[in-house]
Amino acid sequence: MQSRRFLLASAPALLAAIPMAQAQQPATVTIDDHDYAPRELRVAPGTKVVWNNKDDTPHNVVSTDNPRAFRSRILDTDEVFEFTFASPGTYSYYCSLHPHMQGRIVVG
Amino acid sequence: MRKDDTPNQDRRHALECMLWGGSGLLWTVAGGVPRSSLLGTPEAHAQSAQGGFSFVHISDTHLGFNMAPNPDPTVTLQESLERAKSFRPAMMLHTGDVTHLSRPGEFDRAAQIINATGIETHYAPGEHDVVEDDGKDFFQRFPQGARTGGFYSFDQAGVHFICLNNVTNLQAGKMGMIGAQQLHFLEQDLSARSASTPIVVFAHIPLWVVHEPWGWGTEDSAQLLRLLARFGSVTVLNGHIHQTMQKVEGHVAFHTGMSTAFPQPAPGSRPSAGPIRDLPPGELRKLLGVNRVTRVQNQAALAVVSSPLEG
Repeated sequence: MQSRRFLLASAPALLAAIPMAQAQQPATVTIDDHDYAPRELRVAPGTKVVWNNKDDTPHNVVSTDNPRAFRSRILDTDEVFEFTFASPGTYSYYCSLHPHMQGRIVVG
Repeated sequence: MRKDDTPNQDRRHALECMLWGGSGLLWTVAGGVPRSSLLGTPEAHAQSAQGGFSFVHISDTHLGFNMAPNPDPTVTLQESLERAKSFRPAMMLHTGDVTHLSRPGEFDRAAQIINATGIETHYAPGEHDVVEDDGKDFFQRFPQGARTGGFYSFDQAGVHFICLNNVTNLQAGKMGMIGAQQLHFLEQDLSARSASTPIVVFAHIPLWVVHEPWGWGTEDSAQLLRLLARFGSVTVLNGHIHQTMQKVEGHVAFHTGMSTAFPQPAPGSRPSAGPIRDLPPGELRKLLGVNRVTRVQNQAALAVVSSPLEG
């Protein structure tokens, strides 16, 4: 919930006043050669993570949690998926087209 | 490579023969041992001349793919279908990945092109076809397995055909999965069949382990094999790996087909399983194509041919 407040904050002065404002900078996972890079990404709560498919094969990003924390549509080359991680925790995910592709986001 | 030069009449269950014919390599399996010969040889012509029920196996048409080494797979699909039509098949099996991105326009284009051949076609879903919305767009256009989620069976010309879906709900780090529901269906479905009935099982991901690190196999295929063990002639047709590969286990012969869109590397030969981008000029059509399958009565041999578009 805290991250939602962050996203709603629009005044620069207010943003500057919020601790861990740097967490608002998006973090990127690059998908290429049937792999996520980095496979493990550590971010602060409230961080938006962007997966960018640079491979010439379509992939997706599917949480392994039950219920799923997130699931992207199929990403063609150069398509992206974004998800903002509000709560601390370890979020494992995989590509449901190529299930040997696995990664995780550690939020904390 | 051949175990016997004459059909093994003592093999009680192996009453049927299947011949795959085309312009490429002829694979013959007799007594469970495969051998190959080039088409155009007198033997190949003799086998083809026996005629009988024939069908085409096509796979991995991937409409929507538009990169190296094949910017327009609709062209190579149409070439593949011209080849298929020349065989005058009774029907066609498509082992999935009809589309690249599961998008409605890709499904529509594929259905339009394939339906234009007038060849009755039975589809197994690939993971690229059912990745969105539980495969709604796939099953709308190819409804044969819509009620069950992708599996069904039918009989044609004395052969029992079983379509399986081993691409839905793939689990992290795992290969393809048939699942308890389909195995139960299969057990019921097979229980009424005599052991001499020729069986063809078709599904997208190989039903044996080709290369686990790339997910090229099916987790519970051993349970499938147990159900098929009593049958004298079982042919398993798969796609997914965009190359031909064969394996024989008992009376079960496994075959994968080429894609009509782009080839993939031999297992483990490259860092990833993506399309082979750096093909030398003129090589693409040697690695794309279809398969022809013909059943020949009263022969114990099983012959297989992959038919590339060129070469």
